[in-house]
Amino acid sequence: MSVIAPETMETVYSYPQSLTEKPTHYCPGCTHGIAHRLVAEALDELGLRERTVMVAPVGCSVFAYAYFNTDACEAAHGRAPAMATGIKRVDPDNIVVTYQGDGDLAAIGSADIMHVAARGDNITTIFVNNAIYGMTGGQMAPTTLPGQKTTSSPMGRNVDMTGMPIRMSEVLATLPGSAYIVRRSLHDVKHIRKAKKAILTALKVQQAGLGFSMVELLSSCPTNWGIQPVDALQWVEEHMVPYFPLGDYKIADGVADL
Amino acid sequence: MSKELLKGNVAIAEAALRAGLQAYFGYPITPQTELLEHLSKRMIELDRVFLQAESEVAAINMVYGAACTGVRVMSSSSSPGVSLMQEGLSYIAGSELPCVIVDIMRGGPGLGNILPSQGDYFQVTRSAGHGDYRPIVLAPASVQEAIDFTVLAFDLADKYRHLVLVVADGLIGLMMEPCELPPFQPVRTTRPDWALTGADERERNVITSIYLKGEEMEGYNIKTQERLATIRATEQRWVEHLTDDCDLLIVGYGTAGRIAYTAIDEARSKGLRVGLLRPQTLYPFPEQRVAELAEQVERLLVVEMNAGQMLEDVKLAVAGRAPVDFFGRMGGMVPMPDEIVSAIDESFAKMAQPA
Amino acid sequence: MTQQEAFIFSGFGGQGVMFVGQLLAYTAMDCGLNVTWIPSYGPEMRGGTANCTVVISEKPIGSPIVRFPSVAVVFNLPSFDKYEPVIASGGLLVSNSSLVDQTSERDDITLLQIPGTDSADDLGNVRVTNLIMLGAALTARPVLTVDDVRASLADHIPAHRRNLLDLNYAALDRGVELASDLLVTA
Repeated sequence: MSVIAPETMETVYSYPQSLTEKPTHYCPGCTHGIAHRLVAEALDELGLRERTVMVAPVGCSVFAYAYFNTDACEAAHGRAPAMATGIKRVDPDNIVVTYQGDGDLAAIGSADIMHVAARGDNITTIFVNNAIYGMTGGQMAPTTLPGQKTTSSPMGRNVDMTGMPIRMSEVLATLPGSAYIVRRSLHDVKHIRKAKKAILTALKVQQAGLGFSMVELLSSCPTNWGIQPVDALQWVEEHMVPYFPLGDYKIADGVADL
Repeated sequence: MSKELLKGNVAIAEAALRAGLQAYFGYPITPQTELLEHLSKRMIELDRVFLQAESEVAAINMVYGAACTGVRVMSSSSSPGVSLMQEGLSYIAGSELPCVIVDIMRGGPGLGNILPSQGDYFQVTRSAGHGDYRPIVLAPASVQEAIDFTVLAFDLADKYRHLVLVVADGLIGLMMEPCELPPFQPVRTTRPDWALTGADERERNVITSIYLKGEEMEGYNIKTQERLATIRATEQRWVEHLTDDCDLLIVGYGTAGRIAYTAIDEARSKGLRVGLLRPQTLYPFPEQRVAELAEQVERLLVVEMNAGQMLEDVKLAVAGRAPVDFFGRMGGMVPMPDEIVSAIDESFAKMAQPA
Repeated sequence: MTQQEAFIFSGFGGQGVMFVGQLLAYTAMDCGLNVTWIPSYGPEMRGGTANCTVVISEKPIGSPIVRFPSVAVVFNLPSFDKYEPVIASGGLLVSNSSLVDQTSERDDITLLQIPGTDSADDLGNVRVTNLIMLGAALTARPVLTVDDVRASLADHIPAHRRNLLDLNYAALDRGVELASDLLVTA
C-alpha cells in the first residue's frame, strides 16, 4: 500500500506484516476482520510470520489463507486440526495455527478438535464463535442460542429438539492435553485488547511446547442475525456472553511464566 | 541382498520406510493392521513421524497436512476405511499433492467382512473421492511386487505431484513369501519449492483446492487431465504369460490374476491355448495392449474378486473386437484354480459354437 | 520333490500351527524353493480352528490357496473332519492321535496317527507338539529334510526362544522316530 503523507507526518497505523493487503470479503460489521488483525499483530510482535503455517477452515473464513501473509493451506470442513497435526508433526519448530468457525469446529469437526487437544498437539486454534453458520446463509449452529432464529430454526432454536448449545472451551478444558483454553469477546475495544493478549499468550504456549492452545472469540454476524452492526455487538454482550461466559478455562502449569 | 520371508503388510511398511517415508498416519483396520503396527515401531526407532489417528477421516487429513510440507507421507487402510478417506483424497488431488495410500481390500459393501476382495476397483480407479480426477493405482500380485510398487508409488507421486494408491487384498496383506527389500534411501533433506515450510526469505506458499471461478476450476481440471494424459501414455504397466499363441486371453490383477496362472497351467495341460494379461496399473489401465491382444485372440475372460468392475475397462479397451466373458467370486471368496479352469472351459465351449 | 506340494496345518489356537507352517516356509526359502504361507484369519480363528497353508514349488507359485492339499497335518478333531475328505489322492494325513480318535476310511491317502500331544508331554513341554508333527510329516513326505528344518530353525528362531532350540530338535527327532516306526509297520 502506498502511503501519501507529508514528511512531517508519522505512520501510526498500517497493515501488519502478517496480513496481505487484499481487501477481505467479510460483510460490513463482521468481527472476522478484527480477529484477523489481532492474530496478524500477534504474529508480528512475536516475530513468527516467517515460520508460520495457517490452516484455513470451511466457513466464512475459508479465504483466511488469502489474508494472512504467511504460508497457508485450506482444510476440508472441520479437518483443520487434523491437517495442522500433520504439518506440526513433520515440522515441530514451525508455528501452526488453525482459524475456525463454530460450525467447522463444534459440529463437523468436533472429533478433530477433541483429539488434537487430547493429544496435546502444539498448535493454536483461533475459534470464532458467532452462533450461526455464516457462509451458507445463516443456519443453526451447535452454538446457536436457545430460541435464536436462524434459517434452519425459523421459529427459534428448540432445545427440546436440538439440545442446548455446546460450550467448546469448557469441554476442551477438561482434556489434559489442553494447555491454554480461554474465551474472549470482540464486542468492544476493552475486550478486543484482552483478546489480543490472549492470542499472544496462546502463541507463546505453542512456542514453549506446552500443548494445545485455543482462544475462543465471541463474534458478531450482523448479516445473518439480521441486525445492524452496532446492535450486533450489543447482542454479543447481552445474549452470548451470559451463555458463553468469558474467562480462562485452562491455564496449564508454566503458562503464567511466559 | 538375502531373501527374507515377509508378510505382505509388513513388507509394504518396511518398503515405504526404505523409500524415505517421513510421516505415517493411520487407523487400525483388518486386514491391514500389521502395516500400521510395523510402522508404529520402526518409524519411532528412526525418529520419523508415526501417529495413530482417531479415525480414517483424521488420518487422511493428517496426511493432507504432512503432504503440504513436502515430505514423503503415507497412510494405509482397508475398504471401509478408504471410503472414509474419500473426502481427504479428493482434497489432496485438488491440491496437487504427492502422497501414497495403501488399500488392503476386504469384502463388502457395508461392514462386510475381513476376507480378501477386489470390490474397491471402482472406488479406487474411478476417482477415489468427489470431483473430476483419477489417482494412479498400482496392483501387486505378490509380496515382492507389493514391495516394488510401494517404492514405485512414492516415485510416481513425486514425479507427477499426484495421488498414488497401492491396492492389494487381504490375501496379499497376510501372505508370507520370500522377498528382497530395497536398500535404504535417505529421507529427503530438502523440500520442494511449493512446500509449506514458512515464508522465510521467499514469497509465501499457499496450498488450496478451492477455485471459486468456473474458469479457474476448469483450468485446474484441464491441467489435471493433461497430466493424466501423460500418465496414460507413459505409465501403463502389465505382465503377460503365454499370450503369443493364445485363443483365450484371461485378464486378471492382484490375487485373481495370480491364481489364474495356476488355472492356465492346468488348461494348457489339457491342450487349451490360454494366456494371461495381468494389469499392474489399474489406472492407467493397460488399454493399448489389451486392444492389441483383442485383435489377436478369439475371446477374453476377465477374472476378478468382485461382480465385474475391471470388466468395464476391459470392454472399453476391447471395444467390440472380441467377446468378453467374466468369472468372479464375491464377498471375500477367493476363486479356486479349478473354478477358473471351469470358466475357461465355458469360454472355449462358446468359441466352438457357431456365431 | 514333485513340482508342487501344498501343506495344511490345522488345530486349536495355541497348538503352534501357524509357527510350524512358517518354519516349513522358512526352510523351503532357505533351500532355494518358491514358497507361500497363508494363515486363516478372522472370525474363523476365534474359538475354533486356526490353519495355515504352505505351498512349496520349484516353479513360481500361482495360487497360494488350494482346494485339495497334498499334505494335511491336523492337531484336533474339527481339523480332521475338515481336511480328511479333501486331501488329494495319493496325499498324506498326519493326525494328532492324542486328541483325535477318528480314523480314515480312504484308501487313496496315507494316514499317520502320531500321538503328538502325549509325546510332547513326555518330552516335558506340550508346546512342541507342532515340531513332532512336522518331523513325522516330513518323514512320510520328504519334501524337505528334517536336517534342513533344523538349520532353518537355528537361523530364524527369535533370540528369546534360543534356549528352547534343543527341545525343538528333540521334538523333531521324536516325530521322525514315531513316523518311521509306523511306516515300517505299514
